[in-house]
Amino acid sequence: MKYIIQFAIILAICYLGDLIHSYLPIPVPGSVLGMVLLLVLLLTGVVKLSMIEDVSNFLLKHLSFFFIPAAVGLITCFTVLEGKWTALFIISVVSTFIIAVVTGATVQLLIKRRQSVE
Amino acid sequence: MSELVSEFVQSPVFGIGISLVTFYAGVQIYKKTGSPLMNPLVLSMFMIIALLLSFHISFDDYNNGGQFISFFLGPATVILAVPLYRKITLLKENVVPIIAGISIGSAAGIASIIVMCKIFGLDEILSVSMIPKSVTTPIGIEISNQLGGMPSVTVAAIVFTGIAGVLLGPMVCKLFKIEDEVALGVAIGTSSHALGTTKAVEIGETEGAMSGLSIGIAGLVTVFLAPLLAKLLL
Repeated sequence: MKYIIQFAIILAICYLGDLIHSYLPIPVPGSVLGMVLLLVLLLTGVVKLSMIEDVSNFLLKHLSFFFIPAAVGLITCFTVLEGKWTALFIISVVSTFIIAVVTGATVQLLIKRRQSVE
Repeated sequence: MSELVSEFVQSPVFGIGISLVTFYAGVQIYKKTGSPLMNPLVLSMFMIIALLLSFHISFDDYNNGGQFISFFLGPATVILAVPLYRKITLLKENVVPIIAGISIGSAAGIASIIVMCKIFGLDEILSVSMIPKSVTTPIGIEISNQLGGMPSVTVAAIVFTGIAGVLLGPMVCKLFKIEDEVALGVAIGTSSHALGTTKAVEIGETEGAMSGLSIGIAGLVTVFLAPLLAKLLL
């Protein structure tokens, strides 16, 4: 029963996120709005962590499983991408490295600089 | 006999079943080898695609079951607020470095994508489809549509990105001496969305929380940056 109530709370927040999404002019998806909403509810104490903790831990632990169908969906792009796989692959991988290094280095630099000022 | 088989293939049980079985197999292989290259999601994806291709089963048939799994992506994104909540003081302490890092990193990423698309001579539709490839799938699809791209190509690039992030993200960060827990988490989440975050969660709670939080912020930043940079550079 505990799990059912917890999951119902999470679903309700999901739905509220989608609802807010349909009224917002910017293309921020409902699930991201739901995430922000849940954070606000947790911070204000409206939702206690214990009210959703078990189901959240379960979902977080098995997060990558839920991406399987999206990943398998690659199969539907095979014709469009004929002959362009190498380019797509190289661009994806190289830009991922660039973003990781630039982001990480910037954050680390700013944190270290502030620590040395302190 | 063949009718029975096709009926089975079209039932949700098939899609959910092979997802569970291949993922379980993937987890076992990952545990046995301990290699980051043996990522359960990637293994499961390859096994299912091989299965569908060799038995001429359509993606739609698979997705009769798959859509039930995809449904959980919504709740799974929402509960990313939980690790974030647990680490809220860490975010508050580092709010400026985090936001600045994500914005600069995302801008550099988009610029590099546009430059590489030009080098490879990809047409404009493909190029704009590639621009939102580092953000989480739902946001990426929206941005792709907005820019006039092909969402399915965007999804493919998002998956490549996520796999690259899972397999090599931590190694690249180590190479460039990004060792701070917050910086590492933000770097993984910004560069490779929720898929990379699954790796960050494994590395540690702080890294996972920072990575999870970066998905949302990077998504929001890219919503505004992508059209701007596309207009300027493309």
